[in-house]
Amino acid sequence: MNTTSEVDLTARNQVPPSEADRQALEATWRDPAGLVGWFSAINHKTIGVRFIVTAFGFFVAGGLLAAVMRLQLARPQNTLVGPDLYNQLFTMHGTTMMFLFAVPVMQAMATYLVPLMVGARSIAFPRMNAFAYWLYLFGGLMLYIAFALNIGPDAGWFTYVPLAGPDFSPGKRVDFWAQLITFTEFSGLLEAVIVITTVFKLRAVGMTLNRIPLFVWAMLVTAFMVMFAMPAVMLTSTALILDRLVGTHFFNPAEGGDALLWQHLFWFFGHPEVYFIFLPGLGFMSAIIPTFVRRPIFGYSAMVLALIATAFLSFGLWVHHMFATNLPELGKGFFTAMSLMIAIPSAVQIFCWIATLWTGRIHLKTPLLFVLAFFFILVLGGMTGLMLAMVPLDLQVHDTYFVVAHLHYVLIGGAVFPLLGAIYYWYPKITGRLMNETMGRWNFWLFFIGFNTAFFPMHLLGMKGMPRRVYTYPAGMGWDTMNLVATVGAVTIAVSMLLFVINVWRSLRHGQVAGDNPWGAGTLEWATSSPPPAANFDALPVVHGREPLWEAAPEPTQVRGMATGQREVLVTTVVDARPDHRSVFPDSSIWPFISAVATTVLFVGSIFTPWAVVWASVPVAIALTVWFWPRRGETEREMLLEKSP
Amino acid sequence: MTVEQALARAQQQVRQEGAALDVAELPSYGFSHRSILWWATAGMMAIEGTVFALAVAVYFYLRSHSATWPMSSLPPELRYGTANTLILLVSLLPNEWAKRAAEKEHVGHVRMALVICMLFSLAFLAVRWLEFTALNCRWDDNAYGSIVWMLMGLHTTHLLTDAYDSGVLTTLVFTQKMDGKRFVDVSESAMYWYFVVLTWLPLYAVVYWGPRFV
Repeated sequence: MNTTSEVDLTARNQVPPSEADRQALEATWRDPAGLVGWFSAINHKTIGVRFIVTAFGFFVAGGLLAAVMRLQLARPQNTLVGPDLYNQLFTMHGTTMMFLFAVPVMQAMATYLVPLMVGARSIAFPRMNAFAYWLYLFGGLMLYIAFALNIGPDAGWFTYVPLAGPDFSPGKRVDFWAQLITFTEFSGLLEAVIVITTVFKLRAVGMTLNRIPLFVWAMLVTAFMVMFAMPAVMLTSTALILDRLVGTHFFNPAEGGDALLWQHLFWFFGHPEVYFIFLPGLGFMSAIIPTFVRRPIFGYSAMVLALIATAFLSFGLWVHHMFATNLPELGKGFFTAMSLMIAIPSAVQIFCWIATLWTGRIHLKTPLLFVLAFFFILVLGGMTGLMLAMVPLDLQVHDTYFVVAHLHYVLIGGAVFPLLGAIYYWYPKITGRLMNETMGRWNFWLFFIGFNTAFFPMHLLGMKGMPRRVYTYPAGMGWDTMNLVATVGAVTIAVSMLLFVINVWRSLRHGQVAGDNPWGAGTLEWATSSPPPAANFDALPVVHGREPLWEAAPEPTQVRGMATGQREVLVTTVVDARPDHRSVFPDSSIWPFISAVATTVLFVGSIFTPWAVVWASVPVAIALTVWFWPRRGETEREMLLEKSP
Repeated sequence: MTVEQALARAQQQVRQEGAALDVAELPSYGFSHRSILWWATAGMMAIEGTVFALAVAVYFYLRSHSATWPMSSLPPELRYGTANTLILLVSLLPNEWAKRAAEKEHVGHVRMALVICMLFSLAFLAVRWLEFTALNCRWDDNAYGSIVWMLMGLHTTHLLTDAYDSGVLTTLVFTQKMDGKRFVDVSESAMYWYFVVLTWLPLYAVVYWGPRFV
């Protein structure tokens, strides 16, 4: 924020950028200092790092809950935790991993990376981005405070009615779950709009749609899926909380409601949700593989089309979660076919990666190790997915540990392994230092071995009839040894994660200094310094190909004439990324934070009284109005740069 | 130094010192889809449109599970709902005027059009209140009442937030200097109003005519 009088509000950058340009840009785009400044931060890199760290915080919390469950199940008739706490544990674990880790962490990575990868000064709507982050944080804190007070949700992460309805779940536990959904999905929807606008309108000049990095494509497609899937879960969790709080009858069969309606709406969101987690994972794969095999990706267009096809098909799979209900058998056949069909675009991508690896020169660094594990684990999870898509087989293993094994193979193999690879890959860009390679290898192998030790036996346990979500089991069912093995695997995963955290922590200070482009990668985020300056690029790049850093740069190479004394961004056209206009972005502000606090009061208050929606909307309206109200001199300042179209 | 490193350094040099594309003469705002605000509004419309579509789907899902519809009451009375539909449709005229005036950057017309729009806001909110009194059901009667109130509640939330939002914008155009960006705000706000009115038409058909014809 510029408040000092000597700032030249009409100064424009030169090519090559001068030292004065650099300093002016830094002063203009930097978030303010101090405590108030900390809460006012809106730079996408600041918010992105907070977002990523918070998401990993919830990942660790959810992992610890899982560790307690595994310890409880290590031997039969164990009494470490009782059934009531166990119900909260598995609900909290699933809810945390799906709503507070897997989906948000991908959006968090996008918040940091997408503007850099498309060559922009900022993310679109930086204040809304900060607001979305705070909402997400407060929602997660609310859930964990409730859990600490023994009012953690206990009806499973998909919270089926009638169990979750007012008759069978009195008290506030399920209400906290329903409001957590409101928090996280609201945040997720805002992020989707932000990502779409950033990708469509703020790309570097010349970065046509068929030149954007595949990770950006993956996040773009994911954002579109979020827009059309998340409303379903918001609507249905609102209906649930209304049933519980004000006596509506959406899910009450005695008054014309229907319990299966919940399942339809939940899974209409829930199945695409798996792909909000999986597609960014594919994006990480497509970013990391070319760099470590030193060649552009094989089949770029096929990869993009496969992403889009996966997104469309994922909306036609939801009933395969409902094969054990009394829906028409012919209808189930359709969903079996759709579930099998989605293997086709997934296979297209896998074959393209294999072709890329096959024809490249492999440099086996830690990020690539995590990516290679994807092939083994995800493919195994995909195979059990094909099995579960068959109605007769699904009926045999429904609600058993076979499903638990399947979903962990898909989600951890498809998303967490590539994500950890992505952290190793982009850590030097974010911090300026590389993570330790030796520790990275230990981290990888312990995770890989621990993961398979923990989850492979669950396939067999499921086929031997062990149901999921039981807090204990009698001896002599033939389940004892495999449960113990799974627990040993879980402990191994915990050790590997501890190594990961230590590596992240130590490398901040002791890591090898990275330089701009330590891996010799080809995309734009590596064209700027590590960590990047507040304005991302001193002079905006002009792009002439898919891997701009790997290609000779025809002229022009950079953009001249962007304001350095105000937060000006360059807006380009959707398809061809031709320069269209310049736009001044807002200053840092504490009001997104205050608005998020007010919104939190509204959401949490409504758990206790429906009138909170009325009285708490007053502070929300006030905070949002102050947020949008122009500051003194702001309009005049912007008019200095104004040119009519 | 290896050949690769030398090449990388040479490329880096070209990137640093190569010719520039000068954008200083570009305009500083643009209307319609040129503006990033348009994309935010379009995104919100896609999200909220999905919510409406799903709520309508829930209405017919519940309808398909019931032998009678409405379950135990008369359908909502037509007069207020129909009157409000007309008010909303007519409000599109000053709305379109505000949009055009904004795109021509005519401050006087923008101010006048927004004031008329605000009067319409008061009118349809008042009639909406009457609509709620004539629904002939409560949200806690049965599933029919629940979904009717949800549809009405969802749309009324949009009316309220849009009325408040337009109120803030109207205050801004009277009290603040008008720059190009503010005209874009007015134009986008008008686009959103089209959305709120046009989504009402299917909701009106469902809430008021669904129990009569389906």
